[in-house]
Amino acid sequence: MEQRTPFYDIHNALGAKMVPFAGFEMPVSYTSITDEHLAVRKTAGLFDVSHMGQFIVKGKEALDLVQKVTSNNAAKLNPGEAQYSCFPNANGGVIDDLIVYRLFNDQCAEGEQAFMLVVNASNIEKDWNWINAANNYDTRLIDISKQTSLLALQGPKASEVLQHLTDTDLGSIPFYHFTKGSVADCDNVLISATGYTGAGGFELYFDSSHSQKIWSAIMKQGESYGLKAAGLGARDTLRLEKGYCLYGHELGDDISPIEAGLGWIVKTKKGSDFFSKAIFQQQRTEGVKKKLIGFKMFERRIPRQGYTILNMDDKVIGEVTSGTMSPSLEEPIGMGYIEATKLSIDKIKIGIRKKSYEAQIVKLPFV
Amino acid sequence: MNIPENLKYTHEHEWVKINDDKTAVIGVTDFAQSELGEIVYVEIDTVGETLNKDDVFGTVEAVKTTSDLFMPLSGKVLEFNPLLDENEEDNPGLINSDAYGEGWIIKIELSNPEEVEGLLTEEAYRELVA
Repeated sequence: MEQRTPFYDIHNALGAKMVPFAGFEMPVSYTSITDEHLAVRKTAGLFDVSHMGQFIVKGKEALDLVQKVTSNNAAKLNPGEAQYSCFPNANGGVIDDLIVYRLFNDQCAEGEQAFMLVVNASNIEKDWNWINAANNYDTRLIDISKQTSLLALQGPKASEVLQHLTDTDLGSIPFYHFTKGSVADCDNVLISATGYTGAGGFELYFDSSHSQKIWSAIMKQGESYGLKAAGLGARDTLRLEKGYCLYGHELGDDISPIEAGLGWIVKTKKGSDFFSKAIFQQQRTEGVKKKLIGFKMFERRIPRQGYTILNMDDKVIGEVTSGTMSPSLEEPIGMGYIEATKLSIDKIKIGIRKKSYEAQIVKLPFV
Repeated sequence: MNIPENLKYTHEHEWVKINDDKTAVIGVTDFAQSELGEIVYVEIDTVGETLNKDDVFGTVEAVKTTSDLFMPLSGKVLEFNPLLDENEEDNPGLINSDAYGEGWIIKIELSNPEEVEGLLTEEAYRELVA
């Protein structure tokens, strides 16, 4: 039996097409992926992403645990700041990518720190087991995923819509910062200037008892702006246009974050040890075997995960990890890994069924 | 759910319209187009070929997924709907807007008309997607 988020009945009432995703029944789209996508790029969209996982890490040595299990440097975070990061495994791969929030100290005892780790729904159990196994510190771990709702209000008008519903000055929250405030008369909402669309906006974490009230207030407030409820389909096309990695596609247990172009979240110079640090250091010096690229198709053929990437002499040099018809560009785009020795080429072919079609390697992001 | 009575159906969510001259027109059902979402491309490279029942005769690309199309009956592929063909009218969205009409996909000549007996009736198909 698939799990449901607190918004399940709302999705159904809106006529969403529901699909099983990471153990949850989630809306893939309400009207059309393209319409929802364009609403987010032009005005605003509201996503239920409550399937994602949240762990609280709290204690005198909370920072030490976070530093041990994540690759970015969490010591740089002040309360109210967040950073993109990943959990490396012991073999140079990635267990999951995540956002690390350095929480305010108001809930902490003297000498303690607290973090919130936000992880992919599909990896909640794997992450939880991994972090717990690594927890040899004076630190507690609490899984608050089940009681926490998460809405992503994204798009150029997101801030304006949300400002009507909160006293918090949203303009004063820089990118990857957050604060606690009241939204639609619901207290204790974590308002985070983050997102997975590249369109700007906020992600709101709150107790699931407020779900109906906050959703309805945002939808009503956003109506005159053209805000739309948006599903996982648009979330995927939006992130792909921005070249963001998705676990299970560009990231996985046997892919290094450096191969994925995420060298910037691998702080091999941070003081603390972390899993696979030596491997990443070596990759920095000696290079990696494969690299993530973005490409555009010349013809209207959609590249999909698992399709082969060929050079112009029809030799296999890699594999597609994601692809779609870009709603903004109205052309097919994709990402994939190719052998690092082939990075100087600019044209490739994608093997689609029995044929192959030419594609142009382009710099990420696409949009 | 739109499921016309005068058509036959398959478990692969295709509809078949049997003509008197032992030809048939094939498309995907309203249910299928709604599951697929916005269709951006239809690839049919089997025109002129004689295929067996259940063989792949083409592919439909939607934004989110790719879906193979299977021959509901054995036969020769006579025609690919020019309204959908990117080299002709290039309007694959007709499958979304008019699945049973202008969104038809191929026309075939039946090589084994007895196979028609194995197709689903409107009633049986309605039960399948209920």
